[in-house]
Amino acid sequence: MKTANKKVSAERLVRDALTKAKHFADYNIFTFLNEEAALKKAREIDERIARGEKVGKLAGVPYALKDNFLSLEGETTASAHILQGFTSPITATAVAKLEAEDAIMIGRTNLDAFAHGSSTENSYFGPTLNAFDRERVAGGSSGGSAVAVALDIVEFATGTDTGGSIRQPASFNGVYGLKPTYGCVSRYGVVAMASSTDCIGFFTKTPDDMDLLMSIASGQDPKDMTTLPDYYNDESGTELDSSRHAPARPSSRGSGAQSAPVVADGLELPNSCTRIGVIKDFDNESVDAEIREALKKKCELLKSKGHKIVELEMPALKYALAAYYIIVPAEVASNLSRYDGVRYGFRSEDSKDLDALYYNTRSEGFMPENKRRIMIGNFVLSSGFYDAYFLKAAKARTLIVKEYEKAFSKCDYILTPVSPNPAFKLGEKVNDPVAMYLEDVMSVSLNLAGVPGLAIPAGKTKSGLPIGLQLVGKRRSDKQLIEFSKELM
Amino acid sequence: MDIKREDILHLANLSEFTLSDTEAESLGKDLQGIIKYISQLDELDTSKVEPTYQVFEMENIWRDDEIKVQDATREQLLALTREEKDNQIKVPKVL
Repeated sequence: MKTANKKVSAERLVRDALTKAKHFADYNIFTFLNEEAALKKAREIDERIARGEKVGKLAGVPYALKDNFLSLEGETTASAHILQGFTSPITATAVAKLEAEDAIMIGRTNLDAFAHGSSTENSYFGPTLNAFDRERVAGGSSGGSAVAVALDIVEFATGTDTGGSIRQPASFNGVYGLKPTYGCVSRYGVVAMASSTDCIGFFTKTPDDMDLLMSIASGQDPKDMTTLPDYYNDESGTELDSSRHAPARPSSRGSGAQSAPVVADGLELPNSCTRIGVIKDFDNESVDAEIREALKKKCELLKSKGHKIVELEMPALKYALAAYYIIVPAEVASNLSRYDGVRYGFRSEDSKDLDALYYNTRSEGFMPENKRRIMIGNFVLSSGFYDAYFLKAAKARTLIVKEYEKAFSKCDYILTPVSPNPAFKLGEKVNDPVAMYLEDVMSVSLNLAGVPGLAIPAGKTKSGLPIGLQLVGKRRSDKQLIEFSKELM
Repeated sequence: MDIKREDILHLANLSEFTLSDTEAESLGKDLQGIIKYISQLDELDTSKVEPTYQVFEMENIWRDDEIKVQDATREQLLALTREEKDNQIKVPKVL
């Protein structure tokens, strides 16, 4: 990551980023450009550098902020009409940590309103265009952030991932995108979608940049009671042996000699040999042939480096999407009940009484997809349907969690496609919600299980569209996961 | 199951918004498709399975019972609303 120093000023870095952002204006990446404040901050950093003062690890690095992170700069709208006019008086913990290291936010990025979507077409501000094909979608919900990094406007961008909203746009635009372990990065000050699956993560161009950002942004936060005790920067690792890429195997665990070579099948394997699981059920006609081919190629690459490929059967994952589209809408219905036009954001005019104010504001303020999810949520939670839908989905979630636990007893990481297809055409799926939901079929199970996943670039299709794969690890293996992704380069 | 027009209007009411006729029709169609998709969970035998509501392995986190300075002041929060009077948010009549 290029940081400011005595030779390259922060002002230069920020000016370049702003120039590029304007050059690519027709991609509809940004909902707000932070010109004045960003340049002011850059000049302050340059003065500190000139005086020989210590500066942060991200000194002068321009970044893009997904528009569902609260900060003092610009309106935080989550690309939703109902939040228009809302300028936050508080700063999200993740943002505060980045800024404490002197990173500079140059703009807020477009998303599907309230992060409901897989294409950024559900934004109140219109869709973001794909970085590689302007007739195709950016993916979503963090489409603006992915394209801002892919077009090299910024060094990195923030994202949120409730069911694939970082990984899928990362894969559609050929960049790295991490959904960390649930609870690794504080959600304080981020517009809530589904509290039990929402994760904060990043888009970067390299695994090393991802590692640097995670080392800064992760950690327990008293303002978010669901953050895990710090583990990301812990040298010894909580569950993992950091001296090697992968978690220690059962055969070497507890032996007190974790660096000793592991013997399997009569062969002495090098320390760095890792077992990679591939899911048999995902190798079928419903997945694009070029994506399956890319997965095979990466498996060959791993084998050539001395790693072992393990075939996995994970039948419960077939039900992940159905469970997800019950649990998440239920949480969405609850989290979005707070938007009523009273305290902040958009308020409908001329309502005759308070009830009318609520109804009018919500009718006018939500996008159709927001309404779909709220209604589905209220349906699965309503009396008479709760047991058949919500409780059933919560039980299916248990089976999915167990399936991952079982899988990680057989392998160290799992490698799968991120989505069944590369970026699709604008308008192709926007009027067919089930087709759009199927975009998330390979990504949502990670959120239900709370495990981390890193989208990695894996070549391009013949027509030039990026292909992404995701590397999945067990809970708290985020750092090792990022490190191991270098084996796939 | 069949989603009828009255079901859609009931759900919209629970969700605290109103739908135009066109919206009610298109959302009805959409919800029918979504409910059909999520109903495939019926195939799954979950008779002996406990539900999972969160994947956060920690339990109660305690803090000292003391008043802390909040991130936003009353003035800042009141400034976010459309109409304010005497430190209170003004809304249309309730009854």
